[in-house]
Amino acid sequence: MSEALFRFHGARLGHGDATVFAALDLSVRRGETVALLGASGSGKSTLLAALREQRQALCAWCPQEQALVPMLSVFHNIYMGGLHRHGTWHNLRTLLRPAAADRAEVGALAAELGLADKLFTSVDRLSGGQAQRTALGRALYTRRPVLLGDEPVSNLDEHQGLALMQRALATHDTAVVAMHDRALALACFQRVLGLRHGELVLDAPAAALTLADLDELYRP
Amino acid sequence: MSARPATTAAGWRRASGWLLLAGLLAFACADLAVTRTAPGAELLRVARGFLAPVWLGDDGLAAAELGRALANTLAFAFQGVAFGAAGGFLLALFWHRRAVRAAAASVRAVHELFWGLLLMQVAGLSPLTGVLAIALPYAGIFAKVFGEMLEEADPAPAASLPRQRRRLSTLFYARLPLIAADARAYTAYRLECALRASAILGFIGLPTLGFHLETAFREGLYAQGAGLLYVLFALILSQRLWLRARLVPVYLLAALLWAPPLGQGDWATLARFVTQDLVPAPLARDQGWAALGDWAWMLWREQVGPGLWHTLVLGMAALLLTAVLALLLFPLRSPLFGNRATRLLGHGLLVVLRTTPEFFLAFFLLIILGPSMLPGILALALHTGAIIAHLTGRFSEGLRLRADSARGVNRYAYEVLPRLSPSFLALLLYRWEIIMRETAVLGILGIHTLGFYIDSSVAEFRFDRTLVLILATVCLNLAVDAFSRWLRARLRLAGEGRRLGSKKDSP
Repeated sequence: MSEALFRFHGARLGHGDATVFAALDLSVRRGETVALLGASGSGKSTLLAALREQRQALCAWCPQEQALVPMLSVFHNIYMGGLHRHGTWHNLRTLLRPAAADRAEVGALAAELGLADKLFTSVDRLSGGQAQRTALGRALYTRRPVLLGDEPVSNLDEHQGLALMQRALATHDTAVVAMHDRALALACFQRVLGLRHGELVLDAPAAALTLADLDELYRP
Repeated sequence: MSARPATTAAGWRRASGWLLLAGLLAFACADLAVTRTAPGAELLRVARGFLAPVWLGDDGLAAAELGRALANTLAFAFQGVAFGAAGGFLLALFWHRRAVRAAAASVRAVHELFWGLLLMQVAGLSPLTGVLAIALPYAGIFAKVFGEMLEEADPAPAASLPRQRRRLSTLFYARLPLIAADARAYTAYRLECALRASAILGFIGLPTLGFHLETAFREGLYAQGAGLLYVLFALILSQRLWLRARLVPVYLLAALLWAPPLGQGDWATLARFVTQDLVPAPLARDQGWAALGDWAWMLWREQVGPGLWHTLVLGMAALLLTAVLALLLFPLRSPLFGNRATRLLGHGLLVVLRTTPEFFLAFFLLIILGPSMLPGILALALHTGAIIAHLTGRFSEGLRLRADSARGVNRYAYEVLPRLSPSFLALLLYRWEIIMRETAVLGILGIHTLGFYIDSSVAEFRFDRTLVLILATVCLNLAVDAFSRWLRARLRLAGEGRRLGSKKDSP
């Protein structure tokens, strides 16, 4: 058994005075891929934010409100994932005129995401699905070992969603991803966590679960 | 490059690039010499004055003198705003008429100091001159602001009234209440501007704080001059404490009693001024049309042309430096950068630069650096840059960055600047007209912009030339205003400018 990367022991999680999790017990080991399921408001985003707090330097972050810079191009929004890898001068120069090497690198990633022809279009002129792929692109370009995603493929069709999820998991050794798509959770992830009103009500290997088990989570 | 940039940011970048180019050309043409032999020593003496200000006593003014200057400054400002707001309100009711909009634009395009110079010829160095010099341009400004407020107010309450023909009742019941709060806040802000304007009118001889301030600095009594500036600061910064709605009638009555708005001249003086002094000399002397042509050509070649050119060069250079300073300074007051100490420092610096009129800054810098365009450019850029930095910084408070956003320079360049660009550009373009208006007036201090020729023509009693030169400043201001509006519309910044600009930041 490898070491625990994230660990909560009776943790209280919330925003300010509002408590979301009263006492959370959870650990996630290096190498695990975890799907996070639960109805809206069950605490998925809160848990992801808490995970990120524990290991900021290791995590590539793909939040739900994509928080892209709408007036900048797809290229620049993806490149922003790698700001920490480059010197400040290089980053400033890239804002005005990207170097050929960066162009090729980010361009190849954008092509995988189906955004090749939109590379230098600004995000405010993209569809919702294209913007979401850009946000995922930024997380991928961050190139950190842990992927934390909050419904990163929710606006994409089934096939594209599956393909991009597999692509994202292939380049991260650990992942915790919140989603609503139960089939996607069972198809791509090793472990499934189910949340309900701030409680962890399900924690099982994906192989041991069926779609019917997961439906329970969404029953009122 | 393609015709339409594929990113929204590129469109703004292109417009900024052209403004940058124009600014650099202006810097290349501008006279930037430091003509004083030892600017460091002079700066030190001025700084010593500011650190050890004197108000009363042997090195200062007599208490009665200081009190009179203070009372005059307040009285002119209060009456100017009151008459200006009343006149502007009446004009605003007819804002849908083109003629009213044009008239309002023309009166506000003439600077308070130029109004003062003209009015002085008829009403002398009297309270009437001081009050009208503020009230006339402010009526134009109020007309625009109130008119636009009424236009933008929700039309539903008026539309839902039962059909009737009492337009005045509709106005008072269903339209004015909607804008009352905004109009009141704007009028309070205008009073702050009027206090500055009133002080500046001292430079053309009216007995306000500026009169003593100019005298003190010209005689090298920097400690006394600094004391007077601090009095103006105190007046403006404490406005929130003493400006209460219930007390306004009291203040206004006191202002009217202290300095009744009466002039020294009579109607005959006014008639002679308008029918003789303002008429081009060749016409007044019946020398025929050919002489008029020669006169006009001479005036263009020797005064209007060079004055316009210098005003344009100084104004464009100041616009570029304003933009640079604002971009450097706004992080100082933004919660997205720095820490508590830097923000406190930033706030303080910006308040001082915003509160000091650009005219005073130019005056101080002229003393330190000697006459050239440099003091003018620096003064305009410091004052306007601080205003734009303040508003941009305040706007940045509303930005929500994601949890993993970069810090420092990367955050500035990638996260903040692109998002703030539309508001920043809108503010800058909006302020452009004001920069040009102030540039012209800096001529009174001896920088060779249009105001220099205006001031000289007044000194020579050639008021026909004064009129032509003032009309030239009006045309320049209207042209810059129209161009800036066109550019804002083209860049789709119109909404931004209105949201950030007009309420708290009009001319």
